[in-house]
Amino acid sequence: MHRKAKEGADAERRRLTTTRRGAAPGTTSPAGSESQVLRARAPLRWLVAELVDRRAESRTAQTLVFDVPGWPEHLAGQHVDVRLTAEDGYSTQRSYSVASAPDGDRVELTIQRVEDGEVSPYLMDVLERGEQVELRGPIGGWFVWRPERAEPVLLVGGGSGVVPLMSMVRTRGALGGSAPFRLLYSVREPDDQLYVPELLRGEPGLDTEYLYTRAAPPEHPRPVGRLRAEDLVRGGWPADQRPICYVCGPTGFVENAATLLTGLGHDPGRIRTERFGPSGG
Amino acid sequence: MDANLTRDDAYSDGNMLGGPLSEIFAVDLTGAVGRCAGCGLQGPVAQLRVYDRAPGLVARCPRCEQVVLRLVRGKDTAWLDLHGASALTIPLAPAP
Amino acid sequence: MAIISRGFHGRRPDPGRKLPPGQYEVHDFPVLSAGPTPHVTHDEWEFTLTTETGARHTWDWAQLMAMPAETPTVDLHCVTKWSKFGTHWEGVSLDSLMEDVETAADFALVHSYGGYSTNLPLEDLLDGKAWIAHRYDGEELAPEHGGPARLLVPHLYLWKSAKWVRGIELLLDDEPGFWEGLGYHSYGDPWREQRYQGD
Repeated sequence: MHRKAKEGADAERRRLTTTRRGAAPGTTSPAGSESQVLRARAPLRWLVAELVDRRAESRTAQTLVFDVPGWPEHLAGQHVDVRLTAEDGYSTQRSYSVASAPDGDRVELTIQRVEDGEVSPYLMDVLERGEQVELRGPIGGWFVWRPERAEPVLLVGGGSGVVPLMSMVRTRGALGGSAPFRLLYSVREPDDQLYVPELLRGEPGLDTEYLYTRAAPPEHPRPVGRLRAEDLVRGGWPADQRPICYVCGPTGFVENAATLLTGLGHDPGRIRTERFGPSGG
Repeated sequence: MDANLTRDDAYSDGNMLGGPLSEIFAVDLTGAVGRCAGCGLQGPVAQLRVYDRAPGLVARCPRCEQVVLRLVRGKDTAWLDLHGASALTIPLAPAP
Repeated sequence: MAIISRGFHGRRPDPGRKLPPGQYEVHDFPVLSAGPTPHVTHDEWEFTLTTETGARHTWDWAQLMAMPAETPTVDLHCVTKWSKFGTHWEGVSLDSLMEDVETAADFALVHSYGGYSTNLPLEDLLDGKAWIAHRYDGEELAPEHGGPARLLVPHLYLWKSAKWVRGIELLLDDEPGFWEGLGYHSYGDPWREQRYQGD
């Protein structure tokens, strides 16, 4: 099993090395090593992104599908900066994680509505199909998962922190990554869940578990409450299997999860975190 | 370091520096390993605490909370302060 | 050339009154911070004026409270482009604090709990232009807005109004503070839009 997985990963690495441009897959670091080769690249430019589709993900979240000519293929976990400019020159920008697997010039962002926010209500309510925004990316070389990696992966998402983790799940599915995945997904209540049908359908090698912090479905076995060590024991990997752990969500959620993982013996060097700060959408 | 600083959640992290720093550097620096000039902690830039509700971006050490990096973007100038980082280790592709 | 986003205005209602160039009006009170919020109790709080000769003048909380208080109503202009009209404060004028201080200094470097600093000409702290403010809108000043006490110099951009103020150094030569050392204007007059060096 282990050997087979490794062969699969090697084949995948070769395929990726020959078929994908520039950035990531060129890394030849052995699985398990955290070193990553950074490659010089053309400076990121602001690209024009045209909205081609949108779909509701929950009461308060939408996925926006953009066509971005000249998009350099992204890695799972990367984000973009979106910039809006008013007629009088006033401009503001926000960061959003890419939700989709690499797919040519297509980029999907899942936007969580921030009430009274300046950007998210505009993107969700005002921007129409065929209209354009500016977008810079793909950004980030650290909070990324590369499909040639074969070691087990634990994904811990709080709220919309699941978005870059979903890109990892989808990239694994699309490119045939062999790493076994476990996803722990914490939401306030069932209505807040994103990607419901897709995660319900599931896929081989992916185990998903939900944690509810305020209200759970009637039949849910776990009492409501914030993430605890036993959740990571039950739904995660033992530390001695040396998984890579990706944790994303609001700052308090991430600090708690990272502390719990370290307490369970996970190597801090194999815990990768991304925090959403207070900057309102 | 003053006493009485309480931990609060008013920060994000160094992952968000990727876009702003891409205007200056040719490689992504979020995965580069920096050493805090204050307490010596080594870690990826992505793990710095970033305060961005401010006139600039202020990245602090997650252990001692000293300023490691600051970035201000003006109209046609960027100001970058790295004096709180005593070293930066940047893995690169092998030299040709 | 930026893409103009049709129907995007930001959160900027039309102000009924004159704003400094490039500013927009807010009705909430945004909290900006360059670091963790210091929580300093009244018992621990101290404020020290240090002159260019090294002479120190220190007030504790009780002494500050015993000083005559003023209640300025002022407009705030933040360099991040929001302005807030008609804010109500209570505090001690710097004129009162400077009364017995002998100095030949022209400049001031303001220091805060938490390590923040900002510089300005000494004359901008005098003649009723600046306060050590300890109440806002009828309440004790909250830590996120700079409590127990902050400097209030409303005629300059708000980064000069150092939160969590703990002391002022009086200097013969100008010395840049936290933001002034990284591109921001040494003086920071919002009406002349002095945001960055060279503006």
